[in-house]
Amino acid sequence: MTVLELRDVRKIYPGEPPVESVRGVSLAVEAGEMIAIRGASGSGKSTLLHLMAGLDRPTSGSVRLDGQHVELLTDLQLAGLRAWRVGVVFQQFFLLEALTAVENVASGLLYRGIPARQRRAAAVEALERVGLAHRMHHRATKLSGGERQRVAIARAVVGRPAIVFADEPTGNLDSAKGGEILSIMRELNEEGTTLVVVTHEERVAAACQRCIELRDGVVVS
Amino acid sequence: MSGVLQDEKDAVGTRPQIKRSSLRLYDLIPTGTLGLRTRRTRAVLSALGIAIGIASMVAVLGVTRSSESHLLGQLDRLGTNLLTVVNGDDLGGTEVELPATAAPMLRRISGVLAVAPTAQISTARVYRNDQIPTGQTGGLAVRTTDASLLATLQGSLKLGRFLTAADAPVTVLGHDVAKQLGIVRLDAGTRVWLGGHWFTVAGVLDPFTLAPEIDRSALISFAAAKELLDYDGAPSRIYVRTDPDQVTQVADLLAGTANPANSFQVKASRPSDALTAQIAVKQSAGALFLGLGAIALLVGAIGIANVMVISVLERRAEIGLRRTLGATRMHIAAQFLTESLVLSALGGLGGVLIGSGVTVVLAMAQDWGIAIPPAAIGGGFGVAIVSGVFAGLYPAMRAAALSPTDALRTTGG
Ligand SMILES: Nc1ncnc2c1ncn2[C@@H]1O[C@H](COP(=O)(O)OP(=O)(O)O)[C@@H](O)[C@H]1O
Ligand SMILES: [Mg+2]
Repeated sequence: MTVLELRDVRKIYPGEPPVESVRGVSLAVEAGEMIAIRGASGSGKSTLLHLMAGLDRPTSGSVRLDGQHVELLTDLQLAGLRAWRVGVVFQQFFLLEALTAVENVASGLLYRGIPARQRRAAAVEALERVGLAHRMHHRATKLSGGERQRVAIARAVVGRPAIVFADEPTGNLDSAKGGEILSIMRELNEEGTTLVVVTHEERVAAACQRCIELRDGVVVS
Repeated sequence: MSGVLQDEKDAVGTRPQIKRSSLRLYDLIPTGTLGLRTRRTRAVLSALGIAIGIASMVAVLGVTRSSESHLLGQLDRLGTNLLTVVNGDDLGGTEVELPATAAPMLRRISGVLAVAPTAQISTARVYRNDQIPTGQTGGLAVRTTDASLLATLQGSLKLGRFLTAADAPVTVLGHDVAKQLGIVRLDAGTRVWLGGHWFTVAGVLDPFTLAPEIDRSALISFAAAKELLDYDGAPSRIYVRTDPDQVTQVADLLAGTANPANSFQVKASRPSDALTAQIAVKQSAGALFLGLGAIALLVGAIGIANVMVISVLERRAEIGLRRTLGATRMHIAAQFLTESLVLSALGGLGGVLIGSGVTVVLAMAQDWGIAIPPAAIGGGFGVAIVSGVFAGLYPAMRAAALSPTDALRTTGG
């Protein structure tokens, strides 16, 4: 089953001069895949990830995410899609500093409107999946970089979304910690999570089943 | 309605339905107060701005109402149906005589309940004893009257008894006179040197709020005044107690009746008007301070708005994250609006407490009853909430207007 399908997707940022960050990308991601999108800094990876994750709409072309045409959805529908069907991991983790690890993970379900008790139970389980159950009640500020990224991954997968995106997930970590994150992502994929990892690291791309090379907003291989 | 729309959509394509994103009301408070919990000092300081505004408004209303109800209570006790008739003062401040017939004439006016004639005897002075050099009277006067005075003024005695018809050289001292002469106790031998004669002190009066001139007078009977001080029998100040429902009608007749030949000289006044005027003054001063409190509140609200705008700028990444997690623009707006509402509610609560506390302390210090209008408490809190909404609206809208990608990109990456 195709979870994500891009057809001739373009993104032009208006300005003087306009910046065309993504220039006609077409790709498809099947359920259960783990693919890498690799490219140098400035090649349009983050822009592409925002388009794929339904955080932005393409200037032209079509993005079909979980069976929905993103460019046709209203803001409200798009928010619903993100709340229920998409998970995203960022390079900077973006944890809520005042909250504990488990509370941060539970916040991944906040906008589904489900009871706090259920969110918490799912969060505990997700933390176990990333091997961080013992740090559950630690404040985000008390965690190391690697632990923070594991919390962020748990938050992205806690709602068992149709697809999970990661934007340079190892970019802020040393290679040992980066390796841990990588193996956690592989485990999650083996358990059935569909993963799209955006990176400039060869090592991360090698860990994926398939690698798409991006240069100046165009897929080169 | 929505069912029809969904049917149409399903007819166009066979896409699965998208579940809605929603935030439970129960989760809104913890979500909305997260920023406050992270930056406590800032939260307290910005709530303080509102608190000061509300506190000053509640305190002004409370203090005004407490002093007002104190004055109203006084008015109630003293009555507003006491009138005084004087024939004007001469240049030295001494009361000028009215015709001797004035008091009996006044008694005939319908609606008059009691009349008490008094006359200031300007030639006589009162001293503690005969050793004190003449002239040093300290503003004390000698006044002659009869038993009707106490009834008309509805006064009471602090010590001893009042004048009776048969009395010769005895005196009853006004409250201030007794205080100034240092008379705190009475015995058979307590005397004062009055108009060149020894007068036994028969009693000391309680103070009269509506007739302070009596407080500063040593009272003697008409008989004693005539016999010892060459008093000619004409009154200079007459107190009139009227039917409470006919005060103005009686007041209009007083001058003409008391001195038909020279009615334009006669001043008829209502001493309770001074108290009524005090209430009006307090109310207008209260309005002024209320205005100042409102300005303080406005400054407080601007402070909250300012802090909220900064908070939105600082928390762009958080906004981006929440949009990624599925928050709608409304959820983001609601979060920031909740934050400013909680800030202003805390400020309002603190303000009401501080304002009430100030009122209680001031009222107790002044010996007034404590009267904080419930409207001031409810209104103060309500005003705080309203100002919180206004302060939060613009920052909340700015936060909601942010697109997820712009919000995410701000911290680089
Ligand atoms: N909001 C924006 N407005 C204008 N240009 C942008 C914006 N976002 C990204 N760009 C530009 O798009 C290009 C691709 O950026 P990005 O997608 O972040 O690349 P990468 O993630 O591969 O480093 C860059 O040249 C960047 O300057
Ligand atoms: Mg990038």
